[in-house]
Amino acid sequence: MSAFLRLLFRNRLAALGAVVLGAILLLVLAIPLLPLPDPDVIATADRFQPPFSEGHLLGTDHLGRDLLSRLLYGTRLSLAVGVVAALIAASIGSAIGIIAGYFGGRIDNIIMRGVDMLMAFPYILLALAIVAALGPGLLNALIAVAAVNIPFFARNIRGITAGLAQREFIDAARLAGLGHTRIILQELFPNVLPVIVIAMSTTVGWMILETAGLSFLGLGSQPPQADLGSMLGEARAALISAPHTSFVPGVMIFLIVMSVNLLGDGIRDALDPRLKSGALSRPLPMTQVRRRGDVPPATDDLLAIQHLETQFHVGKRIYRAVNRVSLAVKPGECLGVIGESGSGKSVTALSVMGLVSSPPGVITGGAVRLEGEDLLGAKYETLRAKRGEKVAYIFQDPLATLHPLYKVGHQLAEAIQVHHKPSDREARARALDLLKSVRMPNAESRLDNYPHEMSGGMRQRVGIAMALANDPEVIIADEPTTALDVTVQAQILALLDDLRRERGLAIVFITHDFGVVAQLCDSVAVMYAGRIVEQGPTDTVLNAPAHPYTKRLIACVPELGGGQRELAAIPGLPPVVDNLPEGCAFAPRCDKARDECRRGDIPLDGQAPRAVRCLFPEEPVT
Amino acid sequence: MGRYILKRLLSAIPVLLGITVIVFLIMAMIPGDPATAILGSYATPENVAKLNRDLGLDKPLVQRYFIWLGNMLTGDFGRSFSLNRPALDEIVERFSATLVLAGTSFVLCSLLGILAGVVSAARQYGLADKAITFVVLIGISVPSFFLGMMMILLFAVNLRWLPVSGMYAIYGGGDLPDLLRHLAMPALALAAVATGVIARLSRSAMLEVLRQDYIRTARAKGVPERRVLMGHALRAAMVSIIPVLGIQAGFVLSGAVYIELVFQWPGVGRMLVDAILKRDIILVQGGVVFVAACYVLFNIAVDVAQSLLDPRIKT
Amino acid sequence: MTALAVTDLSKTFPLPRRLFGPARPGVRAVRPMSFTVESGETLGIVGESGCGKSTLARMLVGLLDPTTGHIEIAGKALDNADPAVFGRLIQYVFQDPISSLNPRKTIRQIMETPLKRLYGMEKAERTARIAEIFDSVNLREEFLDRYPHEFSGGQAQRIGIARALAASPRIIVLDEPVSALDVSVQAQVLNLMARLRDEFDLTYLFISHDLAVVEAVSDRVVVLYFGAVVEIGNAKTIFSAPKHPYTKLLADSAPVVGRPLTAPEQKGSELPDPLNPPPGCAFAGRCPRATQICRAEDPALRQMQEDQFAACHHPIES
Repeated sequence: MSAFLRLLFRNRLAALGAVVLGAILLLVLAIPLLPLPDPDVIATADRFQPPFSEGHLLGTDHLGRDLLSRLLYGTRLSLAVGVVAALIAASIGSAIGIIAGYFGGRIDNIIMRGVDMLMAFPYILLALAIVAALGPGLLNALIAVAAVNIPFFARNIRGITAGLAQREFIDAARLAGLGHTRIILQELFPNVLPVIVIAMSTTVGWMILETAGLSFLGLGSQPPQADLGSMLGEARAALISAPHTSFVPGVMIFLIVMSVNLLGDGIRDALDPRLKSGALSRPLPMTQVRRRGDVPPATDDLLAIQHLETQFHVGKRIYRAVNRVSLAVKPGECLGVIGESGSGKSVTALSVMGLVSSPPGVITGGAVRLEGEDLLGAKYETLRAKRGEKVAYIFQDPLATLHPLYKVGHQLAEAIQVHHKPSDREARARALDLLKSVRMPNAESRLDNYPHEMSGGMRQRVGIAMALANDPEVIIADEPTTALDVTVQAQILALLDDLRRERGLAIVFITHDFGVVAQLCDSVAVMYAGRIVEQGPTDTVLNAPAHPYTKRLIACVPELGGGQRELAAIPGLPPVVDNLPEGCAFAPRCDKARDECRRGDIPLDGQAPRAVRCLFPEEPVT
Repeated sequence: MGRYILKRLLSAIPVLLGITVIVFLIMAMIPGDPATAILGSYATPENVAKLNRDLGLDKPLVQRYFIWLGNMLTGDFGRSFSLNRPALDEIVERFSATLVLAGTSFVLCSLLGILAGVVSAARQYGLADKAITFVVLIGISVPSFFLGMMMILLFAVNLRWLPVSGMYAIYGGGDLPDLLRHLAMPALALAAVATGVIARLSRSAMLEVLRQDYIRTARAKGVPERRVLMGHALRAAMVSIIPVLGIQAGFVLSGAVYIELVFQWPGVGRMLVDAILKRDIILVQGGVVFVAACYVLFNIAVDVAQSLLDPRIKT
Repeated sequence: MTALAVTDLSKTFPLPRRLFGPARPGVRAVRPMSFTVESGETLGIVGESGCGKSTLARMLVGLLDPTTGHIEIAGKALDNADPAVFGRLIQYVFQDPISSLNPRKTIRQIMETPLKRLYGMEKAERTARIAEIFDSVNLREEFLDRYPHEFSGGQAQRIGIARALAASPRIIVLDEPVSALDVSVQAQVLNLMARLRDEFDLTYLFISHDLAVVEAVSDRVVVLYFGAVVEIGNAKTIFSAPKHPYTKLLADSAPVVGRPLTAPEQKGSELPDPLNPPPGCAFAGRCPRATQICRAEDPALRQMQEDQFAACHHPIES
């Protein structure tokens, strides 16, 4: 709770809203203590006194009543009515929504049909109909406003509940012997509550406005009782001659609604974990580069990653995702980068073309050189011209990585047209050739398919075709087969292997699978906690691993044909990269670790192409 | 496509029936004898007897509903007692005035809202974003009727740029420029809130989409940033913006009630408020059903637009 | 002794009715299948996405009602029983360890629920039992007052296993329990499960898409394709001497260190359309050995070896 409040008030706008609303509430609560004249006493002789006149701080209205007094009483009434309407709408609507969402099926169907019908009205029509039937009056306006907002809550909460009801912890609760009532109250409700609070805090302002609106129309509070809406409604007749009578209640409504909205937004942001982590920032077109230190000199490699440092700056924490990583590929070479989740292998790959999400990603050091040219120092347009043209990517999940609303033919043609200027017909013909080159069955008809009409394997073929569109020199494949079934994976790997031999492509292949590396890559680099711990030709690294981590990781991988057995495991967990230990990051899990391993910086040593970052390697590396 | 439209139209039938049931049930909540309640101060014994005969008001509830529904289906919405003319004639006349106002506002708020949202997302945390966020915050917090009143004070009374109220000038008006001069203030005042809501939503929809993997793919292909934003991202964001446009159309229609009162616009909203205050139940009933039915049809058009945009919706 | 017997179990998901046209047949996620699991055995279930393995698992633990067939646990029929009865006999370990724990409850609250609801234990008794279980899954008791998001995948999965154990079931269905985990952590969890099986005399149904993992932990293996059992056999031999061409394709597809990269020969990689299933063998379209009969007649499961059954018209001779 205190963490929530701290988060809430870190948002300056929300704090402003809280202060304004708090002040208004204090004033309103202090009404009995303030020396206010009776708000309903008529003194026609004093009508339309301007503000700051004797005895009437804000002046008087058309019947000579004190405006300040009426304003405070009216504010109290408007706030009370709006909040009560919000509470009623939220509790009834949420109850309906939870029941519909949890039980699903026919119950859901019937309830939601009813809700849809209520939502088929522009809301005021329904409110007007209710007031027409019940007669004008503040209580009836309250009922009307609450009633028209029930469907909003019901639909909103139903959506959230239906999503939660699919989650596995609900199944687990059922298997733990909980009945429907207990599941709803103990498992679902605590998870839905923040959403109800968010929905309420973002709509209570609306409801205050709506009740004020009905009063403004003369359908809410009836004279002499006044809320802010009816004050404004009565003042309208004298808008031109005595504008202050309109101004006073109007500004008050505005202040209330604005402060409630500000506070509501703050509450929403503080309760929504995605916003908390700043995950809703827009990723910039290229990763921010803030390099310290010298830029390493050029080499004669096709693509060289030199002492690359990429970090994620989240709040005060700094995650060192990639820590001085150097890699290089020559034409026609396939380099594997292997590691577990969080090892920094994907971030390394994305850093090459500035595709790391930024914020929070920042490249803080090193260089990426394509044919000697430093890409990290390049301007956006220079980098863009090379994306897809010189260096192309193949990503992991082909459903998420293709645009769902464009036909695949269009997406392929676009990949060509952003770099070259073929006509639409030429581009389409080229797209067809590309699909054929990745052995897409019925390529011609597939051009007009949308991604969702294809299977995972076909989508990944499209992804590969797109990468090949401009005959790039380097392809960076980021776990391209991880989301695929094993039989499909075998075909995609064979395809990639053929293509690289036919076209002399350089491939950087990111994976967590030793089998894939063994079959496809010439050389391999093993990453752990953001650093390369070992590298060398694939055969040597796999058959004679020098780093204890590599050796033990290979032993962990079960292989077909071994029979039922105890599997090797590495105790402990990989470290989190915002708090790395000194020395070797693997030392806490390593059975060979000595005191030296926990001190200083351990260098990546060896004779090219072999290298290992270990003081006590399993195999001599010379 | 034609099949999808037909399907949506057919599925609107139960919704339209539901609307009539809801309105009927709400009106059945009126305490006391329905004929007396409907007639109010016109409730002479002869009138009551005539109304009972015409509408079957002395019959059971279910039977009354079907008589009422049957009448409406043949275009008979009953007779307004306060105006002494057929309710449907009055409703259609007033609704067309509302359409001019609300339609203009809807176009304004859609265009301005989406534009503001996209600019705001593209320049997140930049000066333009902050300015837009600030204006939007004021837009969604200020009551449209108060905004309208302030606009009258400023533009009509102080600056004398625009007429205070009405749809046409009483003398010599009636042409398009005259209509536009009268339309400017109410349309803007009415659009303010919806513009704010649409701008906020468009901004967050754009930000959400920009984090998706397919945006990274587009960038990795070398698609220029302007095209990433205005093509790839906006198109995907429209999938969540379009349904909100449908909802906001309902809010614009609702807000028209206040604006019509403030600007003395001869629309259906003012008619309804007057009818409620005069307890002209027949006119209220007919007006609500008519406007709601039009809104249902509008939402079908929104759904069709959505299905044109998103191929994943089964047609 | 037979721990679990499944007879003619199937699941058909009805399709929403169309506005026009005739009623459609449903999607047959699981075709009628029968098998038994012996007490103390681990039965591996393998198959690719869309083969019906998760639907099968959910029916076994009573989270989904079967369309036909019945389930017997230790000789007692469990049709239409309430989840609490299921819960004491059979438990489930979920694929996504984090999502299977309620984010707003502490681990202690999560652990106490089955003890309270299934066994009606008192507070002191519960505390003792939880300590005992936590000890056997190597979790520290200080974890009990934390919330699920504070744990890594491997730890959360051990909590998931601990929760399943709290119900003292005879059988545990493990639905891809390690596929969300990293390799180095995966082995920790697998070894723990093997030890618990012996310690508590449990029977496992181990569902996975990873052949090597299934082979390492199972006694017998069932291979599913398109909702049907295509082969059942001893884990030692089923992948080295498969009878069904699909099993062979699976075994040949897994990338293995030291084997050159060759895509196994096949005509396509597409599953049949579940809305419009082909007549005959569902695998015929991809099968190098398919003949006329395969496209006309659905092969039944036949005994091929002493402990190996396959549903194929042209099984692979060894």
